[in-house]
Amino acid sequence: MDIVFVLEQALTQSIGIQAIIYCLAAAGLNIQFGYTGLLNFGQVAFMIVGGYSIAATVLSFGGSFWTALVVGIISSLILSLILGLPTLRLRADYLAIVTIATSEILRLVVRSVALREWFGGVNGLNGKFAAQFYALNPYQSGIGIGPINFSQNDSWVVTIGWILVAIVILITFLLTRSPWGRILKGIREDEEAIRSLGKSVYWYKMQALMLGGVMGTLAGFIFAIASQSVQPDSYVPDVTFFAYTILLLGGAARVFGPVVGSIIFWFLLVFIGQTLDQTISAGYIPFLTSTQVGPIRFIFVGIGLMCLIIFRPQGIFGDRKELALGGR
Amino acid sequence: MFKRSVSRGLFTSFLLSIFLTVFMGAQASALEGPGITGKISDPSGKPLSGVSITLANDENSVTGVTDQNGQFEIAAPTAGKYLVTIDVSSLPEGISIADPGPQREIVFIQGPKGLIFKTQVGTSADQIIEKRDSKVPQLIVDGLLFGLTIALGAMGLNLIFGTTGLTNFSHGELLTFGAFTAWTLNYLVGLNMLLAVPLSLMMSAFLWGWVQNRYLWKPLRRRGTGLMGMMIVSIGLALTLRYTALATFGGSPRNYNQYAAQPGLNIFGVAVTPKAIILAVIEIVVLAIVLYWLKNSKIGKATRAVRDNPDLASATGIDVERVISYVWTLGAFLAALAGITIGINQDVSWRMGQILLLIMFASVTLGGLGTIYGALIGSLTIGVLIQVSTLVIPTELKTVSALFVMILMLLFRPQGILGKRERVG
Amino acid sequence: MDAKTFDIDEVQNIFKNVEQKPGSKKPDPIILAKKVVRKFGGLTAVDVDHLEIQRGSITALIGPNGAGKSTFFNLLTSFDQADGGKWFFNKEDITKISPNKLAQKGLVRTFQLTKALSRLSVLDNARLGAKNQIGESLFAALFKPLWIKRELEVTKQAEDTLAQFNLLEKKSDFAGSLSGGQRKLLEMARALMLKPEMIMLDEPMAGVNPALKQSLLGHIKNIRKKGTTVLFVEHDMDMVHDISDWVIVMAQGKIIAEGPPSLVMKNSDVIDAYLGSHHKTFLTEDGKSLATDETQ
Repeated sequence: MDIVFVLEQALTQSIGIQAIIYCLAAAGLNIQFGYTGLLNFGQVAFMIVGGYSIAATVLSFGGSFWTALVVGIISSLILSLILGLPTLRLRADYLAIVTIATSEILRLVVRSVALREWFGGVNGLNGKFAAQFYALNPYQSGIGIGPINFSQNDSWVVTIGWILVAIVILITFLLTRSPWGRILKGIREDEEAIRSLGKSVYWYKMQALMLGGVMGTLAGFIFAIASQSVQPDSYVPDVTFFAYTILLLGGAARVFGPVVGSIIFWFLLVFIGQTLDQTISAGYIPFLTSTQVGPIRFIFVGIGLMCLIIFRPQGIFGDRKELALGGR
Repeated sequence: MFKRSVSRGLFTSFLLSIFLTVFMGAQASALEGPGITGKISDPSGKPLSGVSITLANDENSVTGVTDQNGQFEIAAPTAGKYLVTIDVSSLPEGISIADPGPQREIVFIQGPKGLIFKTQVGTSADQIIEKRDSKVPQLIVDGLLFGLTIALGAMGLNLIFGTTGLTNFSHGELLTFGAFTAWTLNYLVGLNMLLAVPLSLMMSAFLWGWVQNRYLWKPLRRRGTGLMGMMIVSIGLALTLRYTALATFGGSPRNYNQYAAQPGLNIFGVAVTPKAIILAVIEIVVLAIVLYWLKNSKIGKATRAVRDNPDLASATGIDVERVISYVWTLGAFLAALAGITIGINQDVSWRMGQILLLIMFASVTLGGLGTIYGALIGSLTIGVLIQVSTLVIPTELKTVSALFVMILMLLFRPQGILGKRERVG
Repeated sequence: MDAKTFDIDEVQNIFKNVEQKPGSKKPDPIILAKKVVRKFGGLTAVDVDHLEIQRGSITALIGPNGAGKSTFFNLLTSFDQADGGKWFFNKEDITKISPNKLAQKGLVRTFQLTKALSRLSVLDNARLGAKNQIGESLFAALFKPLWIKRELEVTKQAEDTLAQFNLLEKKSDFAGSLSGGQRKLLEMARALMLKPEMIMLDEPMAGVNPALKQSLLGHIKNIRKKGTTVLFVEHDMDMVHDISDWVIVMAQGKIIAEGPPSLVMKNSDVIDAYLGSHHKTFLTEDGKSLATDETQ
């Protein structure tokens, strides 16, 4: 087994494009779930909106890449309104049900034959829709730090991606330290109390949903830009739950939680996957085949998610004391 | 994509004939060796002539055309995996191919007695051609049959929610694993379905009901894990189970050894397979027993008391944990029955539970989250809605109609048809 | 709000001319409720024909368990929806108003089961009560210079209020670490941060230890002294006797008697209502009544 290769892969992925995408998605969940207590189980819907806005605006409607970004953000805000309107007055599980359902509705709609002309059906949309983005690439060749190497295009995506992450984290930091953030945390603890103090809980929840949704849309942007393609079946509901795992790994309601979580998550996922792959192909685990490695990794994610909630709901670096007070 | 669970006899004719040919051997048709024969007809049963069908893989490609009776024959050149494709352009006007498209994968395997056949996307009950003017009575019957199955799952979902407050996001996987348990016993162990089904129902009720509650949810309730935390745990469990099913049973849908293909009966112009009728009768009997039990038995009454007010129930001497234990066992039993029904009518696949969960959610939201009759009414309504919606929207989007109605319901009457207002806020 | 203060004698003079019967008219009602009905299934939890609450008074709402007191509270403050009726605050119809708007208009409430925000500090709990915070808007929140001035004012106000309730030294602790009685105090302090015209306290004494009770009584008197009308639901008869100017008795969803504290308990209807139902539990129970279970 080539441990150096495995580690290189794991390290590269832990700061690579996937880590950025999931970090942004988890940062959105951090605002919604971590600070406000909103159970958005359909973060992937915002990623669909992000990805398909870019691809369809450019490829199907002939708009520019920059218009596409605006379209994406506006669509994302509209989606938040649609999700929030019926559910934010109701108990938490209704939001969970409606968001997961909406994420599937969106996926089924964009993959439908009826709308193939615009969204490409099952095959999705493929083409150089992010050409205007890559035209700005200042890198002449790929960049490498030690064992970590990115291609020329990936280097540009990774650079912009981490800048976006930095901005998102800064916004989270500023907001959660403000009176606005105080209200969100209050809603998380007991929304009726906040309502009795004269704050419009409904509106604050909506703002949190919108802000977190926009962060999910940014994740969708990066996802689509990096591969210059959008495919409906890469936006299954499980994406949302990986983002939850990441958030809980890094610690919900912690400013850097999504970053820490995403880096660790992708390191572990790739490390476990590669290790399994190599040991299986070397014949050490006779009862498994390499096609089973993918599912097995996700079994670990599922178990990890359960264990985090049960044993360390405050995240792996979290403080037990704060949690002992919360009823969640 | 969600696949229909209800067999549509007229439409099964295409794949049905394939099965018959393979199982009965070459003597049933003019074919020399293994291959497929079939009949293609429109939803009204009128044979379609001149439709071309291709059986192809990387090495070979054979095309056949239907005759005046809508029949075709194609011989398989060698063992291997083939794609059966209906040429859409050869279909008459007004007829379109429904989800999941005009292609089916089938495999001819070299077995001890010559080539044997198995289907990869063995959607024997799946409708592949669709005419927009499908008859309403047929759609309603299909919808009610599907709704009955959904009701089994929804009932368990609502009972668990009602007594523990947990919205169980891993309930779909209880269907999946019920169906796979029966598949393991039937296909791998070789038991007759009449034996495999009751056995797997009992195993599921014990393992996925009693054991799951005893060793996962009960300890969590003891620790005081909040409902939100428990919902996320159920998500984690759903992921774990779903991918365990994928790793263990593979990505291809599976069929049971028996009852996979059945010719449809025509009852007053509505096509139904005998297995669907028998399963529906079983489902109705089971649902009736459960409703009677909840209404009249001691533990059933206790269940309703716990659902109305756990603290009060506990104060009046009801052993709440015992009630919850019953509810989980019953819920898992019902879910397994639903899963097996879908497995028999259609097929068993690792992600069947995920999409069915959303349909169950739509049903219980429509009927009223936590209510018992609401689960039933909601499921039947959603079942019919899903089928009838295909009159106006493409079949591939019929699930969307259910989810959309759920959202509308939440907007205007969040407590559902039978729910109480106090329960939603 | 105006800085008018109230004298107990002055208020009791007002009540001298008020009829001692259910639904009696008051000279200057701050709350007026008409034909308020709330049903749970077949059970009528609240059926109040007419009720007025005198401005500037401390009014107690008492009654045996299950009388519908907390439900009535929830209805008036829009935390529950009525099946019928109309009610007014300062002559303004507040039947359909949202709870948050009502709080902004000056009618604030506390809860029977305290809603201290556990994972927020005591100081943050109090600061949440303050009105007109610029930093509570999403865009202003991003720029600290925009809201820091108001935040300092709010902090000063919060610290003053906490000091009145002997909670100042706990200001950095998580609210979840406070005792039950301290949470009651915190909740009251938080509500007062809004500078309300009227405050509705749902069982302020429930779960509070006897040592703290006296100081709580003092706080409630002080609240009124500063011009805030107080309506409270209570089980503790001593407290009702000590501080209330007027007592309203509810039983089985209806108002059965009204009057000054010393007289109303001698009313035969009231004695019947208590003895006929849960007289013993009423005296011994520490405030966890079934009356509110039906609202949850």
